[in-house]
Amino acid sequence: MRAHATGGIEVVARTSLGRFTLDIDLHLPGRGLTALFGHSGSGKTTALRCIAGLHRAEGRIHVGDQVWQDADRFVPVHQRPLAYVFQEASLFAHMTVRQNIEYGYRRIAADERKIEIDHAVEWLGIGRMLSRTPDKLSGGERQRVAIARALLTSPRILLMDEPLSALDRNSKLEIMPYLEQLHDALEIPVLYVTHSPDELAHLADHLVLMEDGQALASGPLTETMTRLDLPIKTEEDAGVVLDSIITERIDQWHLVRCDFTGGSILARDPGLPVGHRIRLRILARDISLALEPVTGSSIQNIMPATIEELGDDSHPGLMLVRIRVGTSPMLVRLTRMSAVRLQLEPGKEVWAQVKSVAIIE
Amino acid sequence: MSFDWQPVFLTIKLAGLTTLLLLIIGTPLAWWLARTKAWYKQAIAAVVALPLVLPPTVIGFYLLLLLGPNGPVGQLTQALGLGVLPFTFGGLLVASVFYSMPFVVQPLQNAFEAVGKRPLEVAATLRASPLDTFFSVVVPLARPGFLTAAVLGFAHTVGEFGVVLMIGGNIPGETRVLSVAIYDHVETLDYTSAHTLSVGLVGFAFLVLLALYYVNGRLNRSDAL
Repeated sequence: MRAHATGGIEVVARTSLGRFTLDIDLHLPGRGLTALFGHSGSGKTTALRCIAGLHRAEGRIHVGDQVWQDADRFVPVHQRPLAYVFQEASLFAHMTVRQNIEYGYRRIAADERKIEIDHAVEWLGIGRMLSRTPDKLSGGERQRVAIARALLTSPRILLMDEPLSALDRNSKLEIMPYLEQLHDALEIPVLYVTHSPDELAHLADHLVLMEDGQALASGPLTETMTRLDLPIKTEEDAGVVLDSIITERIDQWHLVRCDFTGGSILARDPGLPVGHRIRLRILARDISLALEPVTGSSIQNIMPATIEELGDDSHPGLMLVRIRVGTSPMLVRLTRMSAVRLQLEPGKEVWAQVKSVAIIE
Repeated sequence: MSFDWQPVFLTIKLAGLTTLLLLIIGTPLAWWLARTKAWYKQAIAAVVALPLVLPPTVIGFYLLLLLGPNGPVGQLTQALGLGVLPFTFGGLLVASVFYSMPFVVQPLQNAFEAVGKRPLEVAATLRASPLDTFFSVVVPLARPGFLTAAVLGFAHTVGEFGVVLMIGGNIPGETRVLSVAIYDHVETLDYTSAHTLSVGLVGFAFLVLLALYYVNGRLNRSDAL
């Protein structure tokens, strides 16, 4: 799929819905997937609707070189080159799958069509259901059709509002690979609303953390997830997601070596070749710290690190520590007693022992 | 005596034109009622529903005053060179449109409300303008409502009597519709002719409603997700 020359996205929106107030001022990257992450009621869907123009807020919306909204202009939704995937697939019940995916495609000028029907059909694996009506499809199939339908408008930006949350586990697993591919293949920015840490870890490059109608933080996924001043750190599965690449297969032990910026780590063989890009997820509770490199341990992944910051955890007996391995940050959860005994403080050199790594892509 | 078809054709013509006019006027009105948040929405809805509860003679009486030579609308139609509407087919048509309006507007409004906001939002994100969305998404999804509206509007106009007597009178070929013809036959004790027409109307009404329920039942089943 061809690249659009897209600059950044600027979203300034202020609106009140009853007692709830959304007030955001965001500058988002012009490519990659930005997750709007937060609990329900945090305003992430409203923010997405404001960007689309489905909800009219005060403010300013710039996408690349286009102005969609400012003080004296409001471009109607149907004139904005965007695609929107709703939580429920919302296919038109009176049309076949083919008519559904052709609906938007037919409404854009031929020379603006960057994605062809055959391509989208093949890509989302919906070829054998084209003549069916939506009521004959499973939830996962419907959502795939909705994604194809949205992409066939050759949008400048793709907005997705919890596209997996209405699906059962199997349908989620069925769609996730398509979303991961989408992420690699699309040159346009994707704004993705979710409350699932799992989807965040799989898909996001950039994270906007929403709470009570405000954006608490906005930044690259890895850095933002390891900030100790945000509530996201105290979640049970706090940790870090690192982009990495398989550099060596150790077939004898069914392991692979994965390099990330500033370090490398051994992980279970996912059956992928050398050179494959993957994501590593390391939970804070799976790392321990030592002052000396431990020998005689079962743990394989032991690497030098520097303490950056110490912070409180949800339980007073625990602490969270951000360390840096090379240039990559990691979070460590340990007891307050250990932190005091080891005299941990910012700048101190330590050894990080990683008990478990998950490959998620 | 050969069967007098004139009232039959006149009735079909009146009901057909009334239905057509009502679909043209009633569709935007019903759409507005289904979507607006205006404070006076309920007042407009109540005005539309008035013929459901008022005696037809009341409607006919006021239309007669309004359209008559001294009424404001009557003076307008005279100034425009259209003459006076009462006791003409045109006057009957105007009266029928008012009289049958709730039977067309209410099913349409219900159908539009049932379509909901989501399909409209989806269509907008797929580059469809509001008008395009209306014809490509709303109308097909509201098809059972259109069918119900058309059938009820037609059948109700066929069945009107009081309004016709007040504003149309009994002019053969002009305003003498079936219901009036039946009344005439009964007045002159010609029960045979009254029976013929009445049985025809009963059969017609039954078949129309049967077809409506059957078709709508099928449409609703096939549209259910």
